[in-house]
Amino acid sequence: MKNEIRIRGVRDLPREELFAPGHGLCAGCTAGTIIRHLLKISGKNTIIVNATGCVEVSTTLYPYTSWTVPWIHVAFENAAAVASGIEVALKVLARKGFIDSSKEIKVIALAGDGGTYDIGFQALSGMLERGHKVMYVLYDNEAYMNTGIQRSGGTPLHSWTTTTPIGTILRGKLQMKKPIADIIVAHRIPYVATANIAYPIDMDQKFAKGLSVEGPSFIHVLQPCPTGWRFDPRYGIKIGKLAIETAMWINWEALEGDFKVTIRVPRRKHVRHYLTLQGRFKGLREEEIEEIQKYVDLEVERINKLVGEEVIGPRID
Amino acid sequence: MEVLESPIKQVRIMLNSNYAVAYAVRDVDVDVIAAYPITPQTGVVEKLAEMLANGELDAEMIHVESEHSALSAIIGASALGARVFTATSSQGLELMHEVLHIASGMRLPLVMSVATRAVSAPINIWCDYSDLMNVRDSSWITFIASTAQEVYDTIIEAYMVAEDPRVLLPVIVAYDGFWMSHMYEPLYIAEDRSHVKALTPRRDRIKLDPLKPITMGTLVGPDWYFELKYQQVTAMKEAYEVIRDYDRVIGKAFGRFYEPIETYEIDDAEIAILTYGGIYGSLLEAVDKLRAEGYKVGAIRLRLWRPFPLNDLLRVTKGISKLLVVDRAISYGASIAGPTALEVIAALYRADSGLDVVSYVAGIGGRPVTEADFQNMFKLALKLGRRARELGTLYWGVRGVSYEE
Amino acid sequence: MSWRELPIGGMILEPGNSIARRTGEWRVLRPIIDQDVCTRCLICWMYCPDGVIKVVDMQYRTSKGRVWSFMLEIDYDYCKGCGICAEECPVNAISMVEEVK
Repeated sequence: MKNEIRIRGVRDLPREELFAPGHGLCAGCTAGTIIRHLLKISGKNTIIVNATGCVEVSTTLYPYTSWTVPWIHVAFENAAAVASGIEVALKVLARKGFIDSSKEIKVIALAGDGGTYDIGFQALSGMLERGHKVMYVLYDNEAYMNTGIQRSGGTPLHSWTTTTPIGTILRGKLQMKKPIADIIVAHRIPYVATANIAYPIDMDQKFAKGLSVEGPSFIHVLQPCPTGWRFDPRYGIKIGKLAIETAMWINWEALEGDFKVTIRVPRRKHVRHYLTLQGRFKGLREEEIEEIQKYVDLEVERINKLVGEEVIGPRID
Repeated sequence: MEVLESPIKQVRIMLNSNYAVAYAVRDVDVDVIAAYPITPQTGVVEKLAEMLANGELDAEMIHVESEHSALSAIIGASALGARVFTATSSQGLELMHEVLHIASGMRLPLVMSVATRAVSAPINIWCDYSDLMNVRDSSWITFIASTAQEVYDTIIEAYMVAEDPRVLLPVIVAYDGFWMSHMYEPLYIAEDRSHVKALTPRRDRIKLDPLKPITMGTLVGPDWYFELKYQQVTAMKEAYEVIRDYDRVIGKAFGRFYEPIETYEIDDAEIAILTYGGIYGSLLEAVDKLRAEGYKVGAIRLRLWRPFPLNDLLRVTKGISKLLVVDRAISYGASIAGPTALEVIAALYRADSGLDVVSYVAGIGGRPVTEADFQNMFKLALKLGRRARELGTLYWGVRGVSYEE
Repeated sequence: MSWRELPIGGMILEPGNSIARRTGEWRVLRPIIDQDVCTRCLICWMYCPDGVIKVVDMQYRTSKGRVWSFMLEIDYDYCKGCGICAEECPVNAISMVEEVK
């Protein structure tokens, strides 16, 4: 990989903070952590294209901004379209001698699950089809958090949200979480990866790889949200770890179609350990928890078959 | 080949208005084009694609997957300092609606051509100005051209106006879908386009740059939003003088001097008819015919729609007693349904003018408006007299609609 | 301040000026790092959502005689007291105490 930054451990991460404090993200919002890492990997020569969402409104409430790199927000559904325009403009302006072509400026589209799974999907798919050299980072907190915790295509099965309450008749979100990263793999782009803020070195390596490929890349990061998932802010990382340990979330990457699971789980826990820590799953019946477990078991089986090896092991409870 | 001797040497060529747009966009050395095809705009993008494919134009075209993305993509490119372009009509313009406001709110010098077309439903691909009128509050400077020549000249002027530091607002150049977009006319284009490029030098403005990182497109609360919008109000107002400056630049360079409002046979006119776009040609014919019958009538053409040329309107209507305004769009439910008529009446109100205005709506959905139509609208207005004002807006040529007792 | 003085389009020209907002005022619980127990693993630094844990190049000699070349210090002007650092510290060097003003 040309120009790929090598991250082996925490000591390889640059100390400099390119994301200033003073923003309005909730206390314990792991999106802040994701952005800090993202900018450490991409560096100063980065242009961020942010879709409407928690990050956008919390980090750029006029007249204050937490960004020390060029940053643009246009609307909710068009981060990928705006990023496409920027990527092309960089090419043309360099060719015509208006900007210095020796410096490689990275273009990163940053959007939540709202602006990616649903309203932003068309622009994303178009950008990928056209093959722009843009890294798309999806910070997935599994609902439209910014507007007050409404369900999105990324909300998991049976999760409470304000538009999918767990009531007597309707039991949370009734549909499965849309397999967005799988859909992106089907677009046949150079690099697709899933990541988890609780595993930052793995995530940083994926950011580095995504920025180094010739063409679009897509990094899907699980972002535990204390306000929307209903847990004490100190447990954001712990819950992220439990997502991996229960295989509710699997960290993998597909480089030129070559699929690999990057965080193996030799012995996995029952999903109960993950669900009971979060208020958004409160009140679920035993059979609903087992239903969630069943789908996780099926996905684990599918992944293991895909890899050809038991990378996600059997349940211990 | 006929060559026009003017400061910029020009050659005579046959083009339709769509292609005239493409040639002008080529001549100003655009950087990034993003567009989605929609009838009747398609010729613009197809011609540009042909120019790119043959190396005639050094730019990139992003084949976006919708008009919303087209405008979004060129916003991104423009934010980086690139010279950009898009084109659309009707439903495409409607689809990009939220982004129109964003583009002007972000103060980006985008240029867009609109081959005007009726808005659905019912779906209708033919010409009227409902798409253009629908976006009048989006803070885009708007020109309405009446000839392919004017389309070419005005696209070039659009970049000068948009990119001027006193303005930094996006610009629309509109013309009739099909009637102009697909109709070939003779026009003069620059023989050597490097002359046009020299006429439209790049200007410095605040943009995305890692050496000077800025944050664009922020969330602004009730405490600051109004001030930022007021900046747009004044930019729009000041744009009038900037437009007049560049009208003179275009005039000196190409030999064609445009005015925000143009007239024909107005000096001794008692009654005038105002309209815009391609049907102005038919209006000129109608004025000649009416004059031959003894009527003292003149024609007025609206070229600049936004900012509305208030003083020009007052000046040209000074001597007349009655003004017919023929619109090609409907503002449903309004006291006066012709959008331009409404605008004209507001302007006259500001000047405390007692001029009698008759609002006509014609040519909806691509229905032709001929000299005979103008002549008959004129005679009907005379016949109705005061009643025309009471009726509000007269809808011309609708089956079953008649205003005569 | 008038409309004339604002940069057009609501652009913010000064990067990172959010440091003017002291989000430390949100805090209900305050993290305290015990420099003696801390093993300088940098896990807290990695996870902090606000980037308020700073690596300070200053020598520290523990009570057991171990010499570290740097310390981890919290910028209390911005720390929101979320507690992730305390939760994730592998040696329990960080305690969350009630914020008393």
